Amino acid sequence: MIKLFINISNVQKQYADKNNHQVDILKDINLGVDKGEFVSILGPSGCGKSTLLSIVAGLTPATGGEVLVADKVIEKPGKDRGMVFQQAALFPWLNVLENVVFPLKKEMPKKQAEAEAKKYLQMVQLSNYLAHYPHELSGGMQQRVAIARALAMNPDILLMDEPFGALDEQTRTRLHDQLETIWSETKKTILFVTHSISESIKLSDRIIVMGTKPGIILKDIKVDIPRPRHEHKKEMVELEEYIMGFLKKEIDKVIREELVHESKH
Amino acid sequence: MNPNIKRILFFTVIIAFWYTGSKLEWWLPIILPSPEKVMEALIIGFEDKTLIYDLIASFKRLAIGLGLSLIIGTGLGVLLAKSKTADETLGTVVLALQSVPSIIWLPLAIMWFGMNEKAVIFVVVLGGTFVMTLNIRVGIKNVSPLFIKAAKTMGVNGWDLYKRVIFPAAIPYVVTGSRLAWAFAWRALMAGELLSTGPGLGYTLRYASDFGNMALVIGVMIIIGIIGTIVDQLIFQRIEKSVLNRWGLES
Repeated sequence: MIKLFINISNVQKQYADKNNHQVDILKDINLGVDKGEFVSILGPSGCGKSTLLSIVAGLTPATGGEVLVADKVIEKPGKDRGMVFQQAALFPWLNVLENVVFPLKKEMPKKQAEAEAKKYLQMVQLSNYLAHYPHELSGGMQQRVAIARALAMNPDILLMDEPFGALDEQTRTRLHDQLETIWSETKKTILFVTHSISESIKLSDRIIVMGTKPGIILKDIKVDIPRPRHEHKKEMVELEEYIMGFLKKEIDKVIREELVHESKH
Repeated sequence: MNPNIKRILFFTVIIAFWYTGSKLEWWLPIILPSPEKVMEALIIGFEDKTLIYDLIASFKRLAIGLGLSLIIGTGLGVLLAKSKTADETLGTVVLALQSVPSIIWLPLAIMWFGMNEKAVIFVVVLGGTFVMTLNIRVGIKNVSPLFIKAAKTMGVNGWDLYKRVIFPAAIPYVVTGSRLAWAFAWRALMAGELLSTGPGLGYTLRYASDFGNMALVIGVMIIIGIIGTIVDQLIFQRIEKSVLNRWGLES
């Protein structure tokens, strides 16, 4: 097997439910990601895609298997992996600039850290909001600050957990374009968790489709549509229908279980 | 109508009624002296500096007592938030102590420290500490796990995590805790001074009452009320509001 930049091998995650039964969240996850690749992890809710990302981040320990990044086993969070969550998670007591300086504080002198932070805030087009506090910004702007903050550490990998899931459609579309630009400028490796098929097709080189109960990888799809993709609507729609085809079974499974669950109550 | 105008009108009516009632002797001056008499007692009190010394003495006790209770309260709060065993043992005691008025400690305090300043300060400390403790405990426990996760992915751990994320995130609770600690400490101080020695506003209140100087009694009550309102409304509530707003806890 060729060694890739990120190697996820045989990762398992189990937890004990309230009846003390072991439940599989993730089962036999094997995935390799090349340096500079934009990979989406797509699946219905409850498939464990966020858990998988959290394991790669080092925030959640796996119960089996291991994750290697640049040949090193991941045991805890590190600055080589920047993370963006669904909620911006900005610190409300710091202004925009201070939030982005936060991860750099112990690394370099203040002046340099601020210059570095400003560079990334310019990348997300927020240079005019340095002194604003998070509560004064819209959701989309907050998320852009969060992206700048993750980029400021200059990580090799950007882990994004449904980063645009809480935003409205127009904002999301704009942020897609921005993210694509940032990705092509910075050459980061991006792992992007989403439940939106169209979002994953629009952005990624590869789509990892996951199924639920237990969370497994159903399919690893290479997206061959040239960028910019909005010029290739037809291919995108075809791919979307193709993915929808076998995700539908999974979604039906989730809905069925929810119905069974409800009728028990 | 502007709320301030409403307030001014309201107080004018009250004082006019008070004034008229006193003039027409609807009640005895010993029951409720007229507004002029109260004003006069206050002016005399400030002119011969008794009330000034009282204010200084009361504020000194309050500063020491409240300062100590904020420090002890914060320490205890952090301990209860971090140690499950401490929370399950000491935490129960704190809850019990919080539910009793701290003035009930005064007889014991007088036995321990004597009929002096220390006994009053002790009661003030007990008044403020536990409410601060409970607020700090909740504040630390309620720090969003998302903040902690985000900080960890940025390489922040251990003591740094406390200093840079957990404590700042708990600041709204520190402010609320301080405001309540002040309110409890202020009440404890007045009660303690009423029952022990002077100088102090509470002591002068009792002294005036013992000598039947009802004008001064009411004058001191008004001073106590005004101080309470100023500190609570104009200082603490403003700080609290702006902090809650910035921390996104109130829209």
